Amino acid sequence: MILAYLLIGFLGLLFLGWALRAAGRGLIGSPYFRDMGLSVAFGYMLAVALVALLAWGYWLSRFAPPEIAPRYFFLRIAIEGLVLFALAGWLFRALGRTLGTAGSRKVFRAMPVTAAFGILVILLYAIVAIFAPLLAPYGQDQVLATANVVPGGDPALGGNPDFPLGTDQIGRDILSRLIFGAQNTVGFAFVTTCLAFLLGGTLGFLAAVLGGWLDQLLSRFVDVLMAIPSLIFALLLMAIASAWAGSERWLLTLYMVVIIAVIDSTRVYRLSRAVGQNIVVMDYIEAAKLRGEGLGYLIFKEILPNAYAPLLAEFGLRFCFVFLTIAALSFLGVGIQPPLADWGTMVRDLAAFINYAAFAPQAASPPLLAAGAIALLTVAVNFVVDWMLYSSSGLKE
Amino acid sequence: MSDALLTIRDLRIEGRSDETWMPIIKGVNLDLRRGEVLGLIGESGAGKSTLGLAAMGYTRDGVRISGGSVTFDGIDLVNASADDKRNLLGKRIAYVAQSAAASFNPAHKIIDQHTEGPVQHDVMRRDESELDAVELYRRLRLPTPDEIGFRYPHQVSGGQLQRAMTAMAMSCRPDLIIFDEPTTALDVTTQIEVLSAIRDIVEQFNTAAIYITHDLAVVAQMADRIKVLLRGEEVEEADTRTMLDTPKEDYTRSLWAVRAYERPAKPAILKKDTPVISVSGITASYGTTKVLEDVSFDIHEGRTVAVVGESGSGKSTAARCITGLLPPILGEIKFRGEVLPPNYRKRTRSQLREIQMIYQIADTALNPRKTVGDIIGRPIQFYGGLRGRAKRKRVEELLDQIEMPASEYFDRLPSELSGGQKQRIGIARALAAEPSFIICDEVTSALDQLVAEGILRLLARLQDELSLSYMFITHDLATVRAIADEVVVMKNGRVVEQGAKSEMFRPPHHPYTDLLLASVPEMDPDWLSKLLEERGREDIGDAGMEKMD
Repeated sequence: MILAYLLIGFLGLLFLGWALRAAGRGLIGSPYFRDMGLSVAFGYMLAVALVALLAWGYWLSRFAPPEIAPRYFFLRIAIEGLVLFALAGWLFRALGRTLGTAGSRKVFRAMPVTAAFGILVILLYAIVAIFAPLLAPYGQDQVLATANVVPGGDPALGGNPDFPLGTDQIGRDILSRLIFGAQNTVGFAFVTTCLAFLLGGTLGFLAAVLGGWLDQLLSRFVDVLMAIPSLIFALLLMAIASAWAGSERWLLTLYMVVIIAVIDSTRVYRLSRAVGQNIVVMDYIEAAKLRGEGLGYLIFKEILPNAYAPLLAEFGLRFCFVFLTIAALSFLGVGIQPPLADWGTMVRDLAAFINYAAFAPQAASPPLLAAGAIALLTVAVNFVVDWMLYSSSGLKE
Repeated sequence: MSDALLTIRDLRIEGRSDETWMPIIKGVNLDLRRGEVLGLIGESGAGKSTLGLAAMGYTRDGVRISGGSVTFDGIDLVNASADDKRNLLGKRIAYVAQSAAASFNPAHKIIDQHTEGPVQHDVMRRDESELDAVELYRRLRLPTPDEIGFRYPHQVSGGQLQRAMTAMAMSCRPDLIIFDEPTTALDVTTQIEVLSAIRDIVEQFNTAAIYITHDLAVVAQMADRIKVLLRGEEVEEADTRTMLDTPKEDYTRSLWAVRAYERPAKPAILKKDTPVISVSGITASYGTTKVLEDVSFDIHEGRTVAVVGESGSGKSTAARCITGLLPPILGEIKFRGEVLPPNYRKRTRSQLREIQMIYQIADTALNPRKTVGDIIGRPIQFYGGLRGRAKRKRVEELLDQIEMPASEYFDRLPSELSGGQKQRIGIARALAAEPSFIICDEVTSALDQLVAEGILRLLARLQDELSLSYMFITHDLATVRAIADEVVVMKNGRVVEQGAKSEMFRPPHHPYTDLLLASVPEMDPDWLSKLLEERGREDIGDAGMEKMD
């Protein structure tokens, strides 16, 4: 039955696409419609159909009777969020184009909205992380009187205006924990990623330049590390580390940073070695070697500037993975230690609320708030990295 | 003109750079009759390739046809629909690219790629097309035509691949083939095989062709008419003979004159002088394959020794032995009488400073992320210890020496320079170390003739001013004639013949030197025909077989 509907939908769209193309040919007669494949026309119609579907869902969420509307609550949030973020990114870019020095204005002029949005989000996260103690209304480990306050601040739905995003099961303010989470999760992830790049990048380039037995030794060692499933390996090491750390919790967090950095540096090593090997065969490296340059100069002055693009892309991706690894370890109880707030832990702790999604969307949202914070940063970082990649590859032409 | 095949009228093409459209072709007319070969020559950036592609109604990304018309056999290619073009391209108009190695898909056998066109265009069935491919391979004098198609592209040599690509272009018996520098990447000896093969097959099938090249001597062999382009505009067009004998425009004449550049001979070397570099009896190998065997030659102060040979002859390996990148197994290298450590890592800084290198491809020889000032400044700082203002002053002096004003070029990146300018920066970097010996590894072979001539003159002037010694690796005998004092001919890792230039260009020769000398195209349009007559066809087939080993 469903198959039949799909088939009808498909054929209908195909027909609409054909009609669009025929109309375009008849009315406008531009070469664009003439050379348009049927698949492209179908793609246009599919996009139109999807947009229409989303618009219909949004309309339902606003004006449908109260027994149906909650089903579309999250769709509404997503659409409103998307529009809002796009607007914010656009405004930020417009601001950057009019304010600042001539140089910064030029950068903003060539920037796509996605990159402006990414920069805006990263800036906001950075501000929140740095000024967390000032911004948060309550402490991250402060247990308040009322537990399980529904987000939204609407008393009719079980909210409380004092806690705009509600409280968790033991009565800690979710907004405050989200703000402190930015400090903990993002801070640790950033430090870990930097460490992984320092380690993996340096060793990778070293292996690429020197080759021979050092390359063999390092590469085989990395292969061994990569052969062990990384999460299990991290768990194993964390178990050892917690024995070493004893009751010093900050020491355990430090061990976590180092362990994840080492495990992730294997991936960075692989990449930088491969990139480095492509650069090392260039004549300008040979010229530098024949000049008698030392290793440090070769790696940091000759190779690194040419490896920025792939390394940056990897940094964006690796940052997200590290982030998720920390969340996973926290979930298993060996990562960032309570009572420190961490988004990964929050998702886990609040996960049970998701069961209310169908009938009381507000009550179901707490785990999604933390997950959304992770997703937003991930997307923002990747937007910025994409843009940097694009502009740095444009330089080569 | 009823037999006009291709007519281009007032064609204008623009390319986008930094949000604005810059003209590439500024109103060119072109007529081509059936079975006629038109040679298109000019420097890089003249718009030859763009015009060649436009003759197929195609433009690269970021390039558009902004005016004029391209008419192929009555069909307007500028406004043709994608479907119409698809029916024409590959079937009636074919294209042969400069690098066959880069144009074949390495994952498929040659014959699979060959038969795709005819089968897609419903010209032949697959089995017919395979038989036809073998026939074409035979006509193009490829060795073992029955089997060669069933190899992968990397299993045949560059010259053979270029012929296989020509066969592929022929597969649908097109009316027009565009050859875009098909022999530029090949050795002189290989070039002859490809040229004669292309010429014969074009004649046999009465195919019209546009032959794009920057090598005048080549185009003289191939074309019925020649059109000279400069910066997107036509300079002049005439029959090949008329064009060669009586060029009208100054620009054309200057192109012709490049070949005539030759340095005056220097006095003979005194026996008692210690050579700057003395290579004696070196044998070197990559792994277990020997690439150099008992190679010896001397390079004296203020002199240029040209090392000639086709690719794989060991020219560049000899240079790697001298620089210490590849320590030889036997033999030694002396610098002013003093034995150099075989490995460059063991050499002192001043030993390294004395031997500098200029590379063939300036694009890979200059770090794309460093400015001209940094590139040239580094050796100054590294060897001379100069910093800050003193370093900047020295860089400016060097830029002056290579005729590039410092005010304009100091802060530029290599990507903002032309090919010839990049090569000049490479020279300045070598000079910055204040060496007494420079290895020039095919420094002009990637450049246009006019630009190459400028580089050669610059090198000659620098030699006179600074009494530098050069080892000049090249496969181009015109370059040898222009700049060398002594010549070393190499083949299969051995020195075949060596001596002063004046002796080398006079018989009797070693047979290999003879082959090399005879393979250099001359400006005479009948040169190729005469040469082929002399050698006999079988001979050329054999030469192809030999290259396979």
